[in-house]
Amino acid sequence: MEFAELIKTPRVDNVVLHRPFYPAVEGTLCLTGHHLILSSRQDNTEELWLLHSNIDAIDKRFVGPLGTIIIKCKDFRIIQLDIPGMEECLNIASSIEALSTLDSITLMYPFFYRPMFEVIEDGWHSFLPEQEFELYSSATSEWRLSYVNKEFAVCPSYPPIVIVPKAIDDEALRKVATFRHGGRFPVLSYYHKKNGMVIMRSGQPLTGTNGRRCKEDEKLINATLRAGKRGYIIDTRPLNVAQQARAKGGGFEQEAHYPQWRRIHKSIERYHILQESLIKLVEACNDQTHNMDRWLSRLEASNWLTHIKEILTTACLAAQCLDREGASILIHGTEGTDSTLQVTSLAQIILEPRSRTIQGFEALIEREWLQAGHPFQQRCAQSAYCNSKQKWESPVFLLFLDCVWQILRQFPCSFEFNENLLIMLFEHAYASQFGTFLGNNESERCKLKLQQKTMSLWSWVNRPSELSKFANPLFEANNLVIWPSVAPQSLQLWEGIFLRWNRSSKYLDEAYEEMVNIIEYNKELQAKVNILRRQLAELETEDGMQESP
Amino acid sequence: MEHIRTPKVENVRLVDGISSKKAALGTLYLTATHVIFVENAPDTRKETWILHSQISTIEKQATTATGCPLLVRCKNFQLLQLVIPQERDCHDVYISLLRLARPVKYEELYCFSFNPKLDREEREQGWMLIDLSEEYKRMGLPNNYWQLSDVNRDYRVCDSYPTQLYVPKSATAHIIVGSSKFRSRRRFPALSYYYKDNHVSICRSSQPLSGFSARCLEDEQMLQAIRKASPGSDFIYVVDTRPKLNAMANRAAGKGYENEDNYSNIKFQFIGIENIHVMRNSLQKMLEVCELKSPSMSDFLWGLENSGWLRHIKAIMDAGIFIAKAVSEEGASVLVHCSDGWDRTAQACSVAGLLLDPHYRTLKGFMVLIEKDWISFGHKFNHRYGNLDGDPREISPVIDQFIECVWQLMEQFPCAFEFNERFLIHIQHHIYSCQFGNFLCNSQKERQELKIQERTYSLWAHLWKNRGDYLNPLFRDDPSQTQGTLHLPTMPCNFMYKTVGLWFERFLRRPEDVDVQIVTWCFTKCCCPL
Repeated sequence: MEFAELIKTPRVDNVVLHRPFYPAVEGTLCLTGHHLILSSRQDNTEELWLLHSNIDAIDKRFVGPLGTIIIKCKDFRIIQLDIPGMEECLNIASSIEALSTLDSITLMYPFFYRPMFEVIEDGWHSFLPEQEFELYSSATSEWRLSYVNKEFAVCPSYPPIVIVPKAIDDEALRKVATFRHGGRFPVLSYYHKKNGMVIMRSGQPLTGTNGRRCKEDEKLINATLRAGKRGYIIDTRPLNVAQQARAKGGGFEQEAHYPQWRRIHKSIERYHILQESLIKLVEACNDQTHNMDRWLSRLEASNWLTHIKEILTTACLAAQCLDREGASILIHGTEGTDSTLQVTSLAQIILEPRSRTIQGFEALIEREWLQAGHPFQQRCAQSAYCNSKQKWESPVFLLFLDCVWQILRQFPCSFEFNENLLIMLFEHAYASQFGTFLGNNESERCKLKLQQKTMSLWSWVNRPSELSKFANPLFEANNLVIWPSVAPQSLQLWEGIFLRWNRSSKYLDEAYEEMVNIIEYNKELQAKVNILRRQLAELETEDGMQESP
Repeated sequence: MEHIRTPKVENVRLVDGISSKKAALGTLYLTATHVIFVENAPDTRKETWILHSQISTIEKQATTATGCPLLVRCKNFQLLQLVIPQERDCHDVYISLLRLARPVKYEELYCFSFNPKLDREEREQGWMLIDLSEEYKRMGLPNNYWQLSDVNRDYRVCDSYPTQLYVPKSATAHIIVGSSKFRSRRRFPALSYYYKDNHVSICRSSQPLSGFSARCLEDEQMLQAIRKASPGSDFIYVVDTRPKLNAMANRAAGKGYENEDNYSNIKFQFIGIENIHVMRNSLQKMLEVCELKSPSMSDFLWGLENSGWLRHIKAIMDAGIFIAKAVSEEGASVLVHCSDGWDRTAQACSVAGLLLDPHYRTLKGFMVLIEKDWISFGHKFNHRYGNLDGDPREISPVIDQFIECVWQLMEQFPCAFEFNERFLIHIQHHIYSCQFGNFLCNSQKERQELKIQERTYSLWAHLWKNRGDYLNPLFRDDPSQTQGTLHLPTMPCNFMYKTVGLWFERFLRRPEDVDVQIVTWCFTKCCCPL
């Protein structure tokens, strides 16, 4: 298929663009296969380049011959185009609609994007499982790399290489896979070097109504326990939901068969409940009313912060089991691809200082989200303005980023990165020129040959010029476990995402720059002090030598 | 001293906060001015000092196996639980504190015994640090249109006003006195702020005694004089900061608001800030939300909404924004009033001042602002903050709300203020502490009669001496926010509730013992020693 077929009108003159924080600008609108471009043809006016894939929904309306298209983006921005001529307007609208909802992944922009920057390190090879495993292997010999899923035959949503207990052979893993949802047998998510305890994750056990059991499964997870120790299973679903899952062949670990494990049920929401929450929240944020009560009640009704609180609480619980109780844990919900990953990754943010560095955080995203098989393609297909109520669209990853932001806000000095990194990841998960967030799992990415045909986001991010934008000037390495507060008073609306287009951040940006200046100045002075101290010490030793010949 | 039944109790346990499970064992001392708790732990011997004047309520709770708990709520929203082993001791402490926290004479207050070891000269200099006549000079007064009036010499016209007041030159003593008779408590229109750039003024007064139809020629002339004092503008705004319904209800009592038909060239505007009783209840509800044990997000947000606290804060901001815009953008003078003109009017005028004038965003300028719009214009500190035992219906967090407004502005304009949050916390603390004489009594006249300046010390000098603690490192003279008028967006989402921030990192607490945390500014626990 040619894009030209979809572009009914490639170019319209005298289009007026309205967008947040800029004065309205008149110019020429051009549609390409992947971009909507508005150029005023004046050097001093910025152009608009908008990826079609960033468009979440469009509205059109007409006043006489003047048509208006309201474009609502997946990053929550709303822009307006005033187009003279009804026919042009209708053509543009239908072209945008078609181009922003392409069915085939291989027609997406990452397959056409040619980078204009020099690649220093190929991001596709930045985070190899073997390297990650090496970080552990110095501390423990109880785990091994398994290639059982090499052809994605055992578990389609797992990567080819996973970390499992050394005592369990691949044959047993194959059996366990048949007992876990989606073949997602328990694998290592995090090894806590401090006490050797671990976080594992999996899909739900397929116990069904007749209480099926699997000896290998029991053996596998028991292999992670020290003699006489108990572990915790955190099921991210409430007990009644887990019980109902048995009717569909799912279920949860029976105490009788897992006597060394204590099961805890939490209730993290999934799917459309989260999507509806996002829709309501963004609606509330876009509400131009000046009524405080209405704002607070809409904020409350969106339940967004309730979800944040529940996810963070569960992550704290997992981290506590590990660090305070000295117990290993297994985490799963139903599939083990959504709430499970929120909890395992946030627990690592709390526990592991490395995951609070830029490299470490990228590795965490790679390991716990991309390779762990979070279905980005499905979850991020639409955002807050979309009307289609598809079950699989859900802001699971955005909630995770929001939770990280909440912790970052509470511990502003403990993270090597700043809020911009989180915002950037949000944007690229929904619309990007890079291939990183395409596909739903490693298997799909392999088939799409993303490594050969597209550029990795990390190739772009990990260049010094980009990295400097994401560096937190307040960062001081903190090797402690950081316990966030989950009290409602401590959780706030993430203004950098949700109010980004509704209010100018000019004054906050100014303050940020000022802070950076102060820190830089302080460093300079510190360096000066060090030089002077050294000179003083030298002079003193010279004096000493002269006095005592 | 005669009120202290027992000066010392041993083996008392102190629990700080609501849900905190940790208790410290120590000795409790009662002195004439403080409750002091000294921990037994030999390495720290940490001391907790609570001024009697900071105590809001004391509640005796049911005796448990471990002893008799006393719940002490402080005016800075700190909450302490003392568990006293013996019922008898507990009762003695309770009775003593009930009396000590409710002084009946000014002489019982801490400022009359507080001695910072300064000599007389230093004390006098301290009182001279903030000089309102200098401030009016800074505004560019007197000038061709405004003059200092001595009409209120010896408080002859209005006993809650200062003696030194600026009024339009064309307003004769006859007009002023006539106007004062037509205003509640004789609080006639007087200048609060002069905006040099546009030659316009913010004046303040109380409500007119208009009832349903009464008129007063002198009052009409007074407003005319104010308009004429800004020749560039052909009208003035009259801003009634009350909700319209309240103002209308006042008419039945012979009070009310200006009828546009009777006054030439005024534009009348209601803003809708609620009265002190509504504010008192709002605070109470807010505190109840903070004391909820492990509330859900919905409990909290619903409680926040239901308390109305942020709605009230926004109303006060809206009033300030309206006035600031009228003055700076429309170039029109504004007369501000509420009922008596000493609560909502003070809030609205001082918020407008902060928005308009960068000077008020400096350390010294902020002191001047409080001195001018609150202290000199007779904000009833004693009644509102219960320094002396009095009518509980007079108590209301009026200045706390203003201070929270300042905090909200600081959040939105981080480089615009020379001072930091701690400065606000300390001012708020001392409004209740009565350690310094500045906030005593209900008016200038009362303070003069008590000879405050001879017998007590000034807080401003104390804060100025320690100004290094109060500087905002982000404050610079050059960025856009420190110059000129602050343009504040008024969408409700801009008003946030305060959370733990940096403060939390120091304690690294576990999630389950997170205690009452800070909600809006005003609920900040003073964690820095004063």
